Amino acid sequence: MAEAQGGRSLVVDAVTHRYPSGALAVENINLDVKGGEIIALLGPSGCGKTTLLRIIAGFIAQTQGRIIIGDDIVDSLPPNKRAVGIVFQNYALFPHLSISENVAYGLAARGIDKATRQREAQRLLELVQLPGMAERLPRQLSGGQQQRVALARALAIKPSVLLLDEPFAALDKNLRLDMQIEVKRLQRVSGITTLIVTHDQEEALSMADRVAVLSHGKLEQFGSPSDVYDRPQTLFVNTFVGSTNRMPGVVVSADRTAAKVRLDAGAEIIARPAGGALSEGGRVTVCIRPEHLQFVGDETGFAGVVGMSLPLGATVVHEVTTADGSGVKVSQARIGETRALENGAAVRLAPLAPSLANAFPATL
Amino acid sequence: MGAAPAPRDVTSYGMGLAAPLALFFLVFFVAPLLQLLWLSLHNDTAGLHWGLGQYLHFLTDPFSLGVLGSTLLLGAEVTAVCLVLGFPIAWLYQRVGPKLQTVIILIVLLPLLTSVVVRTFAWIVILGRQGIINATLQSLGIIDTPLKLLYTQFGVVIALAQVQMPLMTLPLITALGRIDPNLDDASCSLGAGSWRTFFRIVLPLSLPGVIAGCTLTYAAAITAFITQSLIGGGQMLFMPMYLYQQASTLQNWPFAAAISIIFLLAVLAVVSVFTTLGRLSRGYGGA
Repeated sequence: MAEAQGGRSLVVDAVTHRYPSGALAVENINLDVKGGEIIALLGPSGCGKTTLLRIIAGFIAQTQGRIIIGDDIVDSLPPNKRAVGIVFQNYALFPHLSISENVAYGLAARGIDKATRQREAQRLLELVQLPGMAERLPRQLSGGQQQRVALARALAIKPSVLLLDEPFAALDKNLRLDMQIEVKRLQRVSGITTLIVTHDQEEALSMADRVAVLSHGKLEQFGSPSDVYDRPQTLFVNTFVGSTNRMPGVVVSADRTAAKVRLDAGAEIIARPAGGALSEGGRVTVCIRPEHLQFVGDETGFAGVVGMSLPLGATVVHEVTTADGSGVKVSQARIGETRALENGAAVRLAPLAPSLANAFPATL
Repeated sequence: MGAAPAPRDVTSYGMGLAAPLALFFLVFFVAPLLQLLWLSLHNDTAGLHWGLGQYLHFLTDPFSLGVLGSTLLLGAEVTAVCLVLGFPIAWLYQRVGPKLQTVIILIVLLPLLTSVVVRTFAWIVILGRQGIINATLQSLGIIDTPLKLLYTQFGVVIALAQVQMPLMTLPLITALGRIDPNLDDASCSLGAGSWRTFFRIVLPLSLPGVIAGCTLTYAAAITAFITQSLIGGGQMLFMPMYLYQQASTLQNWPFAAAISIIFLLAVLAVVSVFTTLGRLSRGYGGA
């Protein structure tokens, strides 16, 4: 298939959008997406990710900033001239047109003759593994099949950029994984620069080459899935992506790469200053993921009392109450026969490594 | 039997519950209709001789056929005007904020809140020789002598269109409201312009509303006795007035009855064309 065109780059350059009411929808967003990359826009609902998608598609004219696709600034182009393919959350298939008419719709709008259109629709339906469905109506298809049609329809116009708006939200869990693999396969084949809007962090981490985390209209972090997960730059990213224990403390000493923090729970630990430099004596929040805490036998860690142990198959999660009364979760891999911890057992905990404890300046 | 009885299927209730309404219809609708039919099958006004004379008279009389034709044409014209003017309003309604929606719905419903007689007289004031339109055009120097607007087909169509507009606009608003707004965006993102989106997506999907609106407007326009008579005046004769003259003025009851039956059949024929179209377009539903 001579479809991989290398993909065009997409640049979101200092984009700010204000609602007519004056409220900020997105503020100074900068994204530099390489051709052929898959990017996930991740954030809770209301963070501005859908607004950003609609700005890129051309449905909303941003208040400030530029959208650049390839070498072209597309801000003055209406959506129908931008060659941006969109798969909507509810698929938005045309209910009165057959599957092949749906797929060929964009080609008809470009004045391509009927025979070519039908051939193209046929080829795309084979690409999304739906041959033989051409004459059916959308409502005769299952959710997953409808999504394949929506994908085929968006790919038919050979878009420069493919936008997927919460594409898997309406699918049940098993089908979701199938479709995620399918989308990734199609993206590899076609090489189209792709942007996925999602609130599902697993989806973002598993599908995207890079993840842009948004909160309250601001870009919190834009990096690879492992950057976002292991080296979060803000407290929001650390808590929104994956689960984490938040432990308050005071900075004893700090340089640019390491900070000694006295936790309120007792014990001093070394943490990574994740959100920029920390000042001595300042209050911080240290984030340690449950799987990055370990039980230690010596006096290095902080003390706690085991409350509850939940065996979750491959891991066991222990709920531990620390000296300052707050609870932390510790996740242990189940290797061999793990000794169950008794309720009320006194334990000591410490992070696996200093780089796995992230210290952020405490917000009031 | 379970503790919590499942809700009964409505069709399983006894037909007896429909009896009061059925009786009402039987006495006040079916019986008079049959009486009308019986009356129309008499050749003389006294109702002594059976025969199809009245129907033959109507169907061979160019004047009567002319009245029927112009009435059906009037209905088509009013329906067309309502569709062309009502569709943009309904389209606009789906694309403005909630405040403007309230304003639009108020304006659409306003004609229904005023008596037809009042509305019709308002049109006489607007369309008359010394009316608002002629006065304005004359004062602007665009015309020298007043235009004849009242007592013309044009005047009747305009007045009826205004009077019947809600019957078109409301079903259209409902139909357009059922269309997923994402379809617009999807069409646009696939490269279609506004007109293609309208003709390929919006219009086909709103067809059930178009057909409902046309049926209602058409039926209402051709039977609108007051507006037809007052705006049309003496020169323009439509079926309802023709019927009224035969029955009340000339006391020719059998002929009036025959006119009624023929009119009824003509209207049913037109309405059934609309409903057939509606059934064909039902395949578009869902979404």
